[in-house]
Amino acid sequence: MGDLILTMKGIDKTFPGVHALDNVDFELYRGEVHALMGENGAGKSTLMKVLTGIYKKDSGTITYDGNVVEFTSPREAQQAGIVIVHQELNFLGHLTVAQNIFIGREYMKGKKIDDARMIEEAAKLFQRMHVNIDPTEKMSNLTVGKQQMCEIAKAISHDAKIIVFDEPTAALTETEVEELFDIIRDLKKKDIGIIYITHRMDEVKVITDRVSVMRDGAYVGTLISKDSTKNDIINLMVGRVIYEDPKTKSMVPEGAPVVLKVENLNAGRFVQNVSFELRKGEILGFAGLMGSGRTETARAIFGADPKDSGDIYINGNKVDIKSPKDAVNNGIGYLSEDRKRYGIVVQRDVAENSTMACLDNFINGIFIDKKKEDSETAKYVESLAIKTPSVDQLVVDLSGGNQQKVVLTKWLVRNCDILIFDEPTRGIDVGAKSDIYKLMNELVKEGKSIIMISSELPEVLRMSDRIVVMCEGRKSGELSIEEATQEKIMHLATMGN
Amino acid sequence: MSKKIQNTPGSSKKSIIQRLGGQNVVVLLIVLALLAFFSITSPNFRKYSTILSILDYSYYITLIAIGVTFPLITGGVDLSIGTGLICYSLVGGYLVVYQGWPVWLGMIICVLAGAVIGLLNGILIGIMNLPPFLATLCTMMMTRGLGSISSKGLGIPWPTAGTEGGWFRTIFKLNIGDLKLPLGFLWILLLVALMSFVLNHTKTGRYIIAVGCNKEATRLSGINIKTVYIKAYIISGIFAGLASIAYSAIFASVYPGTGAGFELEGIGGAIIGGVSMTGGVGSITGTLLGVFIICILKTGLPFIGLQANWQQIITGIVLITAVLIDLNRNKKKLIR
Repeated sequence: MGDLILTMKGIDKTFPGVHALDNVDFELYRGEVHALMGENGAGKSTLMKVLTGIYKKDSGTITYDGNVVEFTSPREAQQAGIVIVHQELNFLGHLTVAQNIFIGREYMKGKKIDDARMIEEAAKLFQRMHVNIDPTEKMSNLTVGKQQMCEIAKAISHDAKIIVFDEPTAALTETEVEELFDIIRDLKKKDIGIIYITHRMDEVKVITDRVSVMRDGAYVGTLISKDSTKNDIINLMVGRVIYEDPKTKSMVPEGAPVVLKVENLNAGRFVQNVSFELRKGEILGFAGLMGSGRTETARAIFGADPKDSGDIYINGNKVDIKSPKDAVNNGIGYLSEDRKRYGIVVQRDVAENSTMACLDNFINGIFIDKKKEDSETAKYVESLAIKTPSVDQLVVDLSGGNQQKVVLTKWLVRNCDILIFDEPTRGIDVGAKSDIYKLMNELVKEGKSIIMISSELPEVLRMSDRIVVMCEGRKSGELSIEEATQEKIMHLATMGN
Repeated sequence: MSKKIQNTPGSSKKSIIQRLGGQNVVVLLIVLALLAFFSITSPNFRKYSTILSILDYSYYITLIAIGVTFPLITGGVDLSIGTGLICYSLVGGYLVVYQGWPVWLGMIICVLAGAVIGLLNGILIGIMNLPPFLATLCTMMMTRGLGSISSKGLGIPWPTAGTEGGWFRTIFKLNIGDLKLPLGFLWILLLVALMSFVLNHTKTGRYIIAVGCNKEATRLSGINIKTVYIKAYIISGIFAGLASIAYSAIFASVYPGTGAGFELEGIGGAIIGGVSMTGGVGSITGTLLGVFIICILKTGLPFIGLQANWQQIITGIVLITAVLIDLNRNKKKLIR
């Protein structure tokens, strides 16, 4: 292994209300593949964004190639030789491969773009990478794997000294993964330093030299990949800290009836043969990593996305849910992970948002009964402690936690029996968080049933009566709260195929 | 916890304009300022007959503008209203003049034809997911052709005042002796009140606004957004039908091939009146006032020696200003 190409020391970054990076250290050698791991929200992406100048760090130093640097834009970092291959690939689908690789720095022949030269140079790049891609092919005609190769080719053409891979294998087939690893090994030989962000434990051993783990914005430790076990890594990721008291036993009464039964649900790539049952008065936790198919499962059940096959039973009766309207009519409410996009109408007031799912109950003749609407909303504003000057306040002016409570109000006013909470506490402050926990517990006591999708393991363990774990679109396991631990969940969530 | 809580961090203090009722007040002031300006600069302008002619020419534009406000608020647009209103007038007029149908039936046909084209727009946009611009551009061309075909390419003179069936012209302009009463303005005010009510106090209106603000959140609240779109375009079509009656009543003859461009005056009026091109925001009274600005400019500018071409340039400038105000407002919202 060569000398150090990158040293990040004492990196600190605070966003309003969140200490995103807390004194983080990170080192990378030339020709090293260094895995960066951690739960969702641990700070991996933020660290990379600080490195490439998307975010400005509050304090700390970055030494790159012997010099202290502070990039102010990704373009600057790119020119200096630090390139990210994003998980979501950025390209222009109807341009050719060559045009994409050289976009923004086209070869010119006088005033005319020199396409022939770009095609030639692109072909050379692919030759060096030993991959077979036609530079004149349209980008959108390539498989995801090939598109990624093009991104890598672009990185190499920038004379990159560091390439950051953000979950590169998430969308690849097995052969494509093999091809990618070959390329990475090749890059190593050329003394390029590689930062490899991944959730897959198996890959760490195969392709990386060292693995650094982050948790809650802090650097936890670094292990030598070949000397460490999966358990070593999981222990570092989860830590010993107990954030919340976990539930010790299920609160669901013995013999409670099944209110929702999902059988062999299929919907696209992210929902494959998912089956589970939800009991009356139960909080069923859905754990898994980002992209494991939990939200997609919820959306398919709710009719927000079309499903390919599978049956849904409510209280033992088979139901045909084709649209959110059907789901709501069957008493299902869905609290989205992205409330601004899918949950609330921010430019309208609290009352209008609250009655949106059952405006029929507030119609008098053809008029909307504004008084009834306001008084019903006011009840929930009070019982949920929504901090708003009045029910006429525009939702855009409320804080995140209070917006979330407004979405909740919408489903409570509708009196849904089955509630799907997708990341119910994401991006809200601690006070509102515990309000929502309290409310969930009250709801199940009243006999409602809740599916709670959460990426925070302590939250899953604190709230759930039973836990379904998903991995890559499949249900990889089910744990009772009595047997569940963070480690067991993590194992199931990272099983791979 | 009490529900009257001290201001949350986001709630900003309201400006004077907002306290007075927002953009409507600004637009009303501009209307009054324009009237004052033209009255002062041109003695001929401050005549009762001028007011009458401003009103006469405002009816059909106001009606299509009220209608198109609904698609605009959903975040869409309806381009078919201009050629549409001529088409409906030709179809209805043909039946009345050449087929001997009673005038009242011809008028109903006008409105029905508008509703049918509106339904077609609604299906193309709400169910088949065509972009509104494209869908209504197609129906715009179709109605233009349809109008010519149904009138066999001829201009159609609806019955003139005083002849049999000419009574319908008095719906908009009532002559009592020498006194001419702009009766149409009364209907406009009633329709403005009615549609304001529909927009703000009925389920249809609320859903139309909600879809314009956030289509996905509305759908995920269990609302059938397809029918919301269809309703918005049917309203627009019906008002184009009503506008075709107003147009027939004011003008001696209706000619095929005309009408293109009316929709832009209607849409322009709505936007000057505060309807947002991105959807979710707008009011019917605002639209009415916005149309008035366009109509006053149209009638007033010739009085100070500026001809039709200048009127278009100035209307364009007013429109740009209105859109800039809208963009600015949206930007502020996003920053929050």
